[in-house]
Amino acid sequence: MTRYYTEDHEWIDVDGDSATVGITDYAQSQLGDIVFAEVPAPGAELKKGGDAAVVESVKAASDVYAPVSGTVTEGNDALEGDPALVNSDPEGEGWFFKLTLSDTSELDSLMDAAAYKAFVEAL
Amino acid sequence: MSDEELEPIEILELPLGDWHRARGARMVEFAGYHMPIQYEGIMAEHLWTRENAGLFDVSHMGQLMLSGEGAADALEKLVPGDISALKEGRMRYSLLLDEDGGILDDLMVTATPMGLYVVVNGAVKWDDIGFLREYLPDEITINHMDDRALLALQGPKAVDALLRVVPGVDALFFMEAGSFFWGPKSDPEPLWISRSGYTGEDGFEISVPASHAKALADALCAQAEVKPIGLGARDSLRLEAGLPLYGHDMNPEFDPVEANASFAISKRRREEGGFNGADRILKALAQGPAQKLVGFAVNGKMPVREGAPVYAQDGQVGSITSGGFAPSVGAPIAMGYVASQHTPVGTKLEAEVRGKRVVLTVAALPFIPHHYHRRGKAL
Repeated sequence: MTRYYTEDHEWIDVDGDSATVGITDYAQSQLGDIVFAEVPAPGAELKKGGDAAVVESVKAASDVYAPVSGTVTEGNDALEGDPALVNSDPEGEGWFFKLTLSDTSELDSLMDAAAYKAFVEAL
Repeated sequence: MSDEELEPIEILELPLGDWHRARGARMVEFAGYHMPIQYEGIMAEHLWTRENAGLFDVSHMGQLMLSGEGAADALEKLVPGDISALKEGRMRYSLLLDEDGGILDDLMVTATPMGLYVVVNGAVKWDDIGFLREYLPDEITINHMDDRALLALQGPKAVDALLRVVPGVDALFFMEAGSFFWGPKSDPEPLWISRSGYTGEDGFEISVPASHAKALADALCAQAEVKPIGLGARDSLRLEAGLPLYGHDMNPEFDPVEANASFAISKRRREEGGFNGADRILKALAQGPAQKLVGFAVNGKMPVREGAPVYAQDGQVGSITSGGFAPSVGAPIAMGYVASQHTPVGTKLEAEVRGKRVVLTVAALPFIPHHYHRRGKAL
């Protein structure tokens, strides 16, 4: 399993052509208290860079983008009852959705952990 | 676009800017100033204020002193409140009205020995000053006291905390104000303190010379009940208290009756008129407004925010002007304008958010009961 990161502060764990997507610890710390999350339904077709999910803090609503293109296989239903999972465990239990990648070459443009760390430090 | 328009506008610093940063605040631009949006988190800060005491820096607001013979009568042309009847040390919430009765700002007016102390919103203070200067007679002096900071200490334990720092403040009741001394007996600093605020809780607003703001903020935060609170929680607290935010829930399109602020139109002024837009406003009072600001309970967990259209069965009947998650309610709430036939409490409507319909129910305001320390109220 390999973890990649986007400049929009999503992480994606890839295992073959299936993947899990969430937002990074940095992203949740910037958003603050998460009070609502809307995840895509299984079967939804996502395009790299397109809207995939919504996360809302007390203050504002933010889009979560698809890091790569693919078909959603599962949304994290646990976020409906406990959206604060995104704060408490953003890169684990607070994942947003799983998908089947349609083009694994899209991963080439994403960052690895070291590159993302440097990216955040430069912000 | 001319070069002039491309000049970046400088974001200004308030007396407590570095004080907030040193305490870990996340700063944002608000009303032209660097202001703290949050410290430890909006939810925790909100709940702390409801149970203890929160210190808010509201120094971006405009503190004006109107003085000169006839200042109250002159101001009454521009606001619908009974200003001339205000006794010294008493304050009133009022609305600055344009010639058509549209709301230019909401403000607090206090009668003081020096004149009328008026606190206006930060985002529109320069417009307010320009408007007041244009419409008040030349013999009325407008002193913009930009050498003073303004702190709000809000919450059920605010009185306990402030009393230890400034003796005597417990003598004030809600919407009363006075001058108090703070600091060493040899060199006391006069503070102007009112028992008022914008959270729905008991609390105080303290006008302090900018030079002493840090020392006062430190003294207040040294009290166990007090934590500094950011603008984020200020917004969620005032929304739960059903209090409108100027520029969102009020603007020049709406008159005081539409804005659910008829209470600010004093009895004598209703009888006598004589203020900007009196014809329109008194007619709306008598006949009912065409639309009105109401509160909404929101079904489910998805917040409904400013700008969302509101629908009845026969189409769009209004829109949301403030909305978000309410920490003390534990659910999303909102306020917005709807056509009058849809304003009774209990009316079911729908808002549209990202293409989805959400059920709204018109709710009584405030969402959380006010806990003011009113004169004449049994404890």
